[in-house]
Amino acid sequence: MSAGAAEMPPVVRRPRGSQDVRARATRERIGRVVAPIVVGLAVLGVWQFLVSVVGVSDYLLPSPAAIAEEFVAFAPAILAAAGVTGFNALVGLVVGTVLGILLAWAAAQWRAIDAMAAPVVAALAVVPIVALAPVLNTMFGADSQFGRQAIAAIAAFVPVFVNTLRGLRQAAPVHRELMRVYAASGTQTFRTVTLPTAVPFLLTGIRIASSLAVISALVAEYFGGPRGGLGSFISTSAASSAYARAWAYVVAAIALGLLFMLATALLERIVLRHRPAA
Amino acid sequence: MNAVTISGVGKTFDTKEGTTVALEGIDLTIAEGEFVSLIGPSGCGKSTLMRLVADLEQPTTGSIEVFGKTPDRARRDQDYGIAFQQAGLLPWRTVAENVGLPLEIHKTGKAERTARVAELLELVGLSDFGGRYPDQLSGGMQQRVAIARALAERPRLLLMDEPFGALDEMTRERMQGELARIAGETGAAVVFVTHSIPEAVFLSDRVVVMSPRPGRITDALTMSFAGKTGREEGLREQASFFEMVTAVREALHQGSPTTAVRGVETR
Repeated sequence: MSAGAAEMPPVVRRPRGSQDVRARATRERIGRVVAPIVVGLAVLGVWQFLVSVVGVSDYLLPSPAAIAEEFVAFAPAILAAAGVTGFNALVGLVVGTVLGILLAWAAAQWRAIDAMAAPVVAALAVVPIVALAPVLNTMFGADSQFGRQAIAAIAAFVPVFVNTLRGLRQAAPVHRELMRVYAASGTQTFRTVTLPTAVPFLLTGIRIASSLAVISALVAEYFGGPRGGLGSFISTSAASSAYARAWAYVVAAIALGLLFMLATALLERIVLRHRPAA
Repeated sequence: MNAVTISGVGKTFDTKEGTTVALEGIDLTIAEGEFVSLIGPSGCGKSTLMRLVADLEQPTTGSIEVFGKTPDRARRDQDYGIAFQQAGLLPWRTVAENVGLPLEIHKTGKAERTARVAELLELVGLSDFGGRYPDQLSGGMQQRVAIARALAERPRLLLMDEPFGALDEMTRERMQGELARIAGETGAAVVFVTHSIPEAVFLSDRVVVMSPRPGRITDALTMSFAGKTGREEGLREQASFFEMVTAVREALHQGSPTTAVRGVETR
């Protein structure tokens, strides 16, 4: 036999069969987008109805229209606040990720470091951000964003470390044996097998960390430190009875969290586009 | 010089339940360019024996030489290529990058590597698939990539541990034909672990029959097909082929006279 008799390449990943199959796929995709939008609109409709017709009082529940109005009116301020919080979260995410990867690598390399790190990481994992925020804010002064970035970094560090370390131990036996057969050095084995195997785990860690970083950066603002982020505006707006405005900031916070999550999910997709689904 | 010389090799594994004797008193020599199959029921230590030659395990007793060197030296010198039942391709690398992996590890220059990879893909009939990723290939094609990879360093010895075990019967027969041709073209000696009798008969110059608990060699049959030496598809339908299949089957049954042979495919 030769190439001619070879089996046909089993067309892969996205079997592009008949028109029919494609049409169904498109319909499914539209359904996936449309369904949540319909649900969201329905919820907003009921909400508006409760406030303007049933008459739920404004301080209990501002109407979606009122929130939207505030959102538009304060758009520049909201955007700036989202920028502050988003930047803190981003710094924390990057620093936490880098530290998480480095420590996971060290722990995978040396058992002693693993033994030392395990209880520390377990402790970090259960630290409530609420407990740390006032301490760090005081430590680094009232005009420093550092405390918030540190909190976001700690929150991001844990999932990145745990997932990366797990990933670094997933190399398939057959791959490790191949490297031994090739008489590959430790560095070569790490670069060609161990690290690429860990990448999907690492990316999962980052995706989880991204949401945690945003939440942490935001919540940390409730406990002192400089004003200017979404968290501090949510609390001041609520304190000054501007409930609709507080809700507008909450909407921005949700959007910021989604943005981080989508960005990391996209990163995951791009990097792993050639991997078979696990 | 012989490709492989195994003398008085035994291998025991320490488990929680005690010591398991995987291999005992193994003596076997494999000539250069010879195609030898190791056949026997599950648990007879045929894979272990191959892994000893590959320096993936160490013998408890006895000694092994590969081209007159220790298995460790032979491994470092890349004297053998290896293929497992799983193709074991790196899913994040293209087919060409997988085939070139051993060359990359051994720091072969880029131009030379590219040329060699093209040559190997041609040899296994996958020239058009160099840019694909493993998950875009069928099981048979993945296994051909693994064989190409095993041949990258032009080894004079090829170790194969049930490489076609996970393939369907039709693909399997085609792959056997492929392998017979490749082994002929490269002139490499082959140690081929299998539990399929027709597969062993079709491919081998000699079929080594093993029995389990402890793993021993009970027989070694030289294949002769009434003057025919080629391994064309027609061979499978010749009377002499069936005679050899029968001979190997009988040898397998003698290895365990009291119990039926399990785990051996007789189709």
